[in-house]
Amino acid sequence: MRALTWHGKHDVRVDTVDDPEILNPRDAIIKITSTAICGSDLHLYDGYIPTMKAGDILGHEFMGEVVEIGANSTLKKGQRVVVPFTIACGQCFHCGKQQYSACDNGNPADNQDIAQELYGQPMSGLFGYSHMTGGYAGGQAEYVRVPYSDVGPIVIPDGIDDDKVLFLSDILPTGWQAAENAQIEPGDTVAVWGCGPVGLFSIQSAFLMGAERVIAIDHFPHRLELAKKFGAETINYKESKTYEALMEMTGGIGPDACIDAVGLEAHGLFVDNVVDQIKASTFLGTDRTHSIRQAIVACRKGGRVSMPAVYGGIVDKFPLGALMEKGLTLKTGQTNVQRYLPGLLNAIIEDKIDTTFLISHRLPLEQAPEGYKMFHDKQNEVTKVVLKPGLSLAA
Amino acid sequence: MADETPTISTSYRSKGNDFEARDDAPLTTAKDSDAVEAAAEQLVEHKGDTLSGKTVTINRPREELFAYWRDFANLAAFMDNVERIDVLDDKHSHWVVLAPAGRTVEWDAIVTEEIPGELIAWASTEGADVPNSGRIDFRDATGGRGTTVTATILYDPPAGVVGKLIAKVFQREPAIQARRDLRRFKQLMETGEVSTSSRTRAQLAKEKE
Repeated sequence: MRALTWHGKHDVRVDTVDDPEILNPRDAIIKITSTAICGSDLHLYDGYIPTMKAGDILGHEFMGEVVEIGANSTLKKGQRVVVPFTIACGQCFHCGKQQYSACDNGNPADNQDIAQELYGQPMSGLFGYSHMTGGYAGGQAEYVRVPYSDVGPIVIPDGIDDDKVLFLSDILPTGWQAAENAQIEPGDTVAVWGCGPVGLFSIQSAFLMGAERVIAIDHFPHRLELAKKFGAETINYKESKTYEALMEMTGGIGPDACIDAVGLEAHGLFVDNVVDQIKASTFLGTDRTHSIRQAIVACRKGGRVSMPAVYGGIVDKFPLGALMEKGLTLKTGQTNVQRYLPGLLNAIIEDKIDTTFLISHRLPLEQAPEGYKMFHDKQNEVTKVVLKPGLSLAA
Repeated sequence: MADETPTISTSYRSKGNDFEARDDAPLTTAKDSDAVEAAAEQLVEHKGDTLSGKTVTINRPREELFAYWRDFANLAAFMDNVERIDVLDDKHSHWVVLAPAGRTVEWDAIVTEEIPGELIAWASTEGADVPNSGRIDFRDATGGRGTTVTATILYDPPAGVVGKLIAKVFQREPAIQARRDLRRFKQLMETGEVSTSSRTRAQLAKEKE
């Protein structure tokens, strides 16, 4: 089959590789119909994530048709499914608590060592996202092997277009969980750093959860426009001072809840960010973290900070004093995708949530490398690239 | 064979001293070498002087886990270094374990102590390539979380040129191996399968080499 493979920093290629096979009784093989490039794929593209190997197949946002099933899969051939990016067994203690991204078993035993050393305990497996999270082949390919297929994939009813449901695989539930972690109360003002897909979905989710105002922070005009379309007020940090603007816009109180949807590749030439860049390039520190610092400092006393953004390493200059003195609550984590799927699928079917606005480009799989470059270089115009293995090059 | 159950003590007589108060942490996590001696005292018959051990919590009943483990022929399903285990009789088994450079090491093991649903202790017999002994404890986990399974292993890293090769497996990473084997045991018991990220049967076979 053809698949998008990683070969190093800014080097991804479409290669011919062996087709996946059923290896365990609960496996299924999915023929991919749509697969997106995620903002977190850019972390891989930029070489920020350790434990990548040349030839790794990327992609953790995908859906398709069931073409083969193991003896214990509950799926049926021909069903259309969206597959969560987290690989969870459904039977361990954490899955029992719906903490699917903390599944004990989804990550193969040998691969768990890395996260055990780095984080104290290993996390679940993820598709196409380094060997620390399992070394699983991703879905930017013609076919993918899906383990524990009786737990993860959600069956999509006929007549619903791929573009409407594809983002159930990661960014929609991630935006939703971000808003849930912000523990929004009626009347709240919520500030969202980053108007990428997760930020935009968390804006929609925050309003659905009862937020009275949402303030969106970014520097890409097009992304801020999209945020405005969903009812958010905007701060362009290239035009205005973010902390001062937030304080003035909230009557000197600060936002009740702050959501950091930026993560480890925060843009912006702030002093602490420049120091982080120097440290990152000299391997002294791995994460550039301006947005989370600002979120903690801006948040109102007793407020809540939600961090869906991806961080992988150790940081310094973290405003621990502000977190403590103001009595903030910080909630974060990889998304427990499986937990939100039925509810969010219903919200899509009932037209309460629209996700199709996000897709700016549809490309055949063969053009995936161009898709990565485009998404990386032109983040203002390129909001989301969806790869369609079925799409012909001429289209 | 002793009739009395060896019990895990949390304090022990350290060499040359009187009773010394000891914390509640398992001996396998001790910073001092006296722990080896203390761990050895907890085995009916001990072979080996390097201590290693790990605990894992498995969301299944104690009796079920014990029964699976007690059928030693099952162990090769999740112990990646074990090529095969021949069950000779109720107490005796023969182990063939992979070593680097395509070699194998072998030994006979005897069950030295057994409490159904709770404990299996073993020791290698004379002539073992890698003298070893240990115990597997099955205890009810708190909060209804299933069972904690603790493997405590004492072994002799072999010497010599051949030994150095073997040491790659046995000396440097026994704790890591125990940890990985226990994770696979947990996966198998909780999910019915051992997780793999291989994409093809050929890759999977290569990984197990």
